[in-house]
Amino acid sequence: MRIWLPPALLSALLYALSAGMPVLEPLFQWVQPDKQNVIYERESFLFLLQNHLMLVVISALVGTLAAVAGGIFATRPSGRDFLPLVSQIASIGQTFPPVAVLALAVPVLGFGEAPILVALILYGLLPILRNTLAGLEGVDATVRQAALGMGMSPVQVLLQVELPLAGRVILAGIRTSVTINIATAAIGSTIGARTLGDPVIAGLVNGNTAYVLQGAILIGLLALTVDSLFEAVERVWDRRFLPQTAS
Amino acid sequence: MIELKNVTRRFGDAVAVDRINLTVETGEVCVLVGSSGCGKSTTLRMINRLLPHSEGEILVDGKDVTAMNPEQLRLNMGYVIQGTGLFPHWTVARNIAMVPQLLKWPRERIDERVHELLTLLDLDPAAHASKYPQQLSGGQAQRVGVARALAANPNILLMDEPFGALDAITRENLQQEMLRIQTQLRKTTVFVTHDIDEALRLATRIAVMDRGRIVQHDTPENILRRPASDFVENLIGKQDRGLKLMSLRTVRDLMETYPQPRQPEPGTDGLKEEDSLRVALSIMLWQNWNQVPVFSADGEETGTITRERIIQEGA
Repeated sequence: MRIWLPPALLSALLYALSAGMPVLEPLFQWVQPDKQNVIYERESFLFLLQNHLMLVVISALVGTLAAVAGGIFATRPSGRDFLPLVSQIASIGQTFPPVAVLALAVPVLGFGEAPILVALILYGLLPILRNTLAGLEGVDATVRQAALGMGMSPVQVLLQVELPLAGRVILAGIRTSVTINIATAAIGSTIGARTLGDPVIAGLVNGNTAYVLQGAILIGLLALTVDSLFEAVERVWDRRFLPQTAS
Repeated sequence: MIELKNVTRRFGDAVAVDRINLTVETGEVCVLVGSSGCGKSTTLRMINRLLPHSEGEILVDGKDVTAMNPEQLRLNMGYVIQGTGLFPHWTVARNIAMVPQLLKWPRERIDERVHELLTLLDLDPAAHASKYPQQLSGGQAQRVGVARALAANPNILLMDEPFGALDAITRENLQQEMLRIQTQLRKTTVFVTHDIDEALRLATRIAVMDRGRIVQHDTPENILRRPASDFVENLIGKQDRGLKLMSLRTVRDLMETYPQPRQPEPGTDGLKEEDSLRVALSIMLWQNWNQVPVFSADGEETGTITRERIIQEGA
């Protein structure tokens, strides 16, 4: 149970801060003495948190499905011709800044949640795809050969041998992707999506550092919470599939 | 029984296996031997259809393998490879249980079988069943590999340089183990190796391969006595052919048997009936003995053997 303690504590802290930000008013008054209004009130922090999280979760789910499916396809005998192409896309795609994806998506999809969702999915897909390829390619060839030679069907080899062995690496890819996307989702505020980036943008526009801080703290805390959740999941995974290496 | 008829395998333009004909009788150990790249592993993998053959026919118990479902075919063929290919995320017990599980045996029967196989391969079930492959030594891991191949009691055993990566002592132990298991189980075995000594030791018949062809297919003794070509002669080594012949025969062949087995005096040194003549001669030379008592497996003194006899008739 101790594994789950850090994410539980962090989520409690995140929730408490989102719900009770006004309590910290004196602190922010000290940061920004020249403004009357130092707590962002246009939208509740809980609502922004919820919306932000939803964007990240949806993009992570869609991205994971697409990336793992793509990775599996590119490592099957029938799709192996595409392997160099797919792994190149995975590498080149990451050099593309997310703001550029947004700029390209807005003319097509308009303002709001849709373009940021597209950007998050595309951008989040790449680390997962890269890790899926690395994980599946990293499975010892003799293990695969033995599995086939002993009479497993290709699907059984994939589900019982390759995915459990590659899963840890794929999971690490999802972790990277989600962490990056929590930060990237905040940019969505510039094109009208409601996220924890809202107070940051508003603060920058009005010269109100207190707003910027509130948004930034919550985004940072959300990233930490989710990361510690992944840490816990990875430990549980190790116990389940790699018990000899788990401490 | 496995029959290969005019089997050819091409990789692009290169011919890896060139119109080979080979029959492996039921219960015999056929060893494919040759230098690397001679097509011996390719031949083995065509038998369980890990590689398709380009031409010719492969029959297992009279049935064409291409007509069978590849998974069904392989489930009835134990497969042991170099480097074991054990599943690192499964325990030893689950690794061995793999094929029975695919065949949907009931739980108790699988557990019983795993226990039986670990014991057969001289591994303590209590100590090893719940270990992971990384926690085993190379020799233990390959024993588990053999146990896994035998799990569902297949008729056929395919072994692709199974002991190639092991040190000399472990390899010899496992070869001995294999001979012992083979006398019990009599599996139709195709065994690939590049080590001619291993081939001479384990084979009922050896197929020597060179550049995709079988250059000689015969018993170990005939291969040594009448090598078909210079290639075979080089492979077996001209110089110590005599000693190699002696290692094919056992003390039992040349000993003088007593009419009645005797109870040996405690502390008497001697040879065992199943020791090879080569070992016998070596011990006699080292100890400077001319005549040595011979003991049976259950410790009775059953006869004697002399140095003269070994030298005159051994090879």
